Amino acid sequence: MKYVKQFMIIIGISLMGEIFHSLLPLPVPASIYGLLILFFALMTGIVKLEQIEEVSGFFLAIMPLLFISPSVSLITVADKLLSGFVPIVGTIVLSTIVTTVVTGVVTQSIMKKFGKRKSGKGVEK
Amino acid sequence: MNELLSQWTYFGMALSLICYFFSLWLQKKFKKPIFNPLLISTILIIVFLLIFQVDYETYNAGARYITYFLTPATICLAVPLYKQFQVLKKNALAIFVGVFAGCLAHGVVVGGMVVVCKMTPELLGALLPKSVTTAIALGICEELGGISGIATVGTMIAGLMGAILSPSLLKWFRITEPVAQGLCVGTASHAVGTSKMVELGEVQGAMSSLAIVVTGLITVVLAPVFYSLFV
Repeated sequence: MKYVKQFMIIIGISLMGEIFHSLLPLPVPASIYGLLILFFALMTGIVKLEQIEEVSGFFLAIMPLLFISPSVSLITVADKLLSGFVPIVGTIVLSTIVTTVVTGVVTQSIMKKFGKRKSGKGVEK
Repeated sequence: MNELLSQWTYFGMALSLICYFFSLWLQKKFKKPIFNPLLISTILIIVFLLIFQVDYETYNAGARYITYFLTPATICLAVPLYKQFQVLKKNALAIFVGVFAGCLAHGVVVGGMVVVCKMTPELLGALLPKSVTTAIALGICEELGGISGIATVGTMIAGLMGAILSPSLLKWFRITEPVAQGLCVGTASHAVGTSKMVELGEVQGAMSSLAIVVTGLITVVLAPVFYSLFV
């Protein structure tokens, strides 16, 4: 009963996300509408954390498993990837490094400027 | 082989679970970032399909029922966001400006590279969402008409770089603030990078998971803008 209710809430929100996706002309996936719906439902107390805790914990724990089939689909685009291997992989590597550094440096300098240093210890490894 | 396996609905699902379970065991045994369960299971399944000459469609006929749960699983990311709302509120300005700057930089680098290397709009659509968690990246990629396989590869490489390279990157660029450390790796390398941040510390782990959601939301808005700018 408890699990059925939790599963029902989460699948119900998935359906609501899909309804939003088909009604609104924005390039937003149904999963993001659903995420926002659940977040506001939790914030406003319409849905209590304990009403979804176990099933949402299950979904979060198995998440990498859900990505396997989309990842394997790369064999269907292997020719496209290989034909443009250097530019594609170069773009991925460069953009990942730049994004990490820009986000880190900007966040750190704002935090230092506003003197909001947290008590946690910085880890240099 | 392909014909025989296409009769069995549970073949793709069972193969996915067996390979994933074996990869989890490998990760537990060797504890090295390269033993990422998603990476290892994907390689194992691809090798299996190539050796036995099985079509992706045959495999996916069963495996897609697992993929159906991506939407509810992504929705459940609202739970950590809700739990970490206090940390978010306390550092809201630094978090939003930092993540927004990272997303802008990402769009400019990807768009610039696509223009310089004369790549197709299909590739631009696939690469623009590649720093967010796969569920969201695939959704945005689909909206932009990108090649989903390339979006997945991009997302995987971005994630693995975060898991393997991020400690060195943080050191080289003197990013020592725990909030900034977690945030930047989550912004560039989503859940896979987050797994490394959880090892560095509690603050890093929490901020990295927060960055997954914030980056996802910002990218949903920014990716179509960059797409129309560079196409």
